[in-house]
Amino acid sequence: MRVAASMTLCFLFLGFSSPSFAVLAVVEFSDESLRPRYQQLVQELRCPKCQNQNLADSNSPISQDLRREIQRLLEQQMTDQQIKDYLKSRYSEFILYRPEVNKNTWLLWGSPVVIVLLGLLIVARHHRRVKPVLDSKSTTDSGDQQRLAALLREEENQS
Amino acid sequence: MNRIALFVPLVIFVGLSLVLLLGLDKDPTELPSALVGEPFPAFNLTALSDEQSRLTEQDVKGDVMLVNVWATWCFACRIEHPMLNNLSAQGVKVVGLNYKDQRASALDWLAERGDPYRFNIFDTQGSLGIDLGVYGAPETYLVDADGIIRHRRVGVVDERVWNAEFRELYDQLTGGEQ
Repeated sequence: MRVAASMTLCFLFLGFSSPSFAVLAVVEFSDESLRPRYQQLVQELRCPKCQNQNLADSNSPISQDLRREIQRLLEQQMTDQQIKDYLKSRYSEFILYRPEVNKNTWLLWGSPVVIVLLGLLIVARHHRRVKPVLDSKSTTDSGDQQRLAALLREEENQS
Repeated sequence: MNRIALFVPLVIFVGLSLVLLLGLDKDPTELPSALVGEPFPAFNLTALSDEQSRLTEQDVKGDVMLVNVWATWCFACRIEHPMLNNLSAQGVKVVGLNYKDQRASALDWLAERGDPYRFNIFDTQGSLGIDLGVYGAPETYLVDADGIIRHRRVGVVDERVWNAEFRELYDQLTGGEQ
């Protein structure tokens, strides 16, 4: 029983020792309040070399350097926006996983809104067209109700 | 009206295909450059050949120069090196930025393969690398006489790249004195 329990515990710890945990664990700050901001930034900034990873996930040398740089800038009391601008001026907008709204990205930011509105419009039009048809066939009048009851009875008798 | 509406999905499909087709030609590893048109970033680092001598951004001003980011751990730099020797022999002023490297092994490399560089900036921490937005060696920057970066190439500069991207701009900047 004890063996089983300690085995379970071992497997639980295995789960925690994933590479990204290991990477983030070694960072030390003079002020612990910087840590959540650091973690937010390394999640939102993209590794310029390994293109589909953020700085937190990537273990490439450039990501390590940039994580160290972000830590240094945080210690210098720079705001999140200042740090992003600092990196943007060097690595271009590419480094932002959450791109800013500007003339290059308005389509990216705007298209979900446009598509949802378009969808609503189509649903609304469809609804308006279908509704009268439904009304004329609705089974509220007594004649239809009687016919339906007769059909159901017939069905029951057959089975 | 309804008949035309039937073609809407086809039109959307063809449009989307065209957009995606155009995207195929783009190289996703080529990042838009943030520093083209900007002055070469300020720095104060030692020279590779001499620990005592300092180099600053003033040293990459005054002439049209090619600043090449390289390191001994960088495999593609081996492939690029003969081209740099070649350019240097043609009179192009090539400056090296030795990036995150060991001084001794870098000097060995130059002794072994020839030294095309006027001088080498020794950036062992990669701090100037970050200011330049370096994300992979080799990288090559064309800097004009005022110290403004005019072109950037990430990856190997070979004969084809030089002719396609650098030659015209270089001749234009130097007034074709080469």
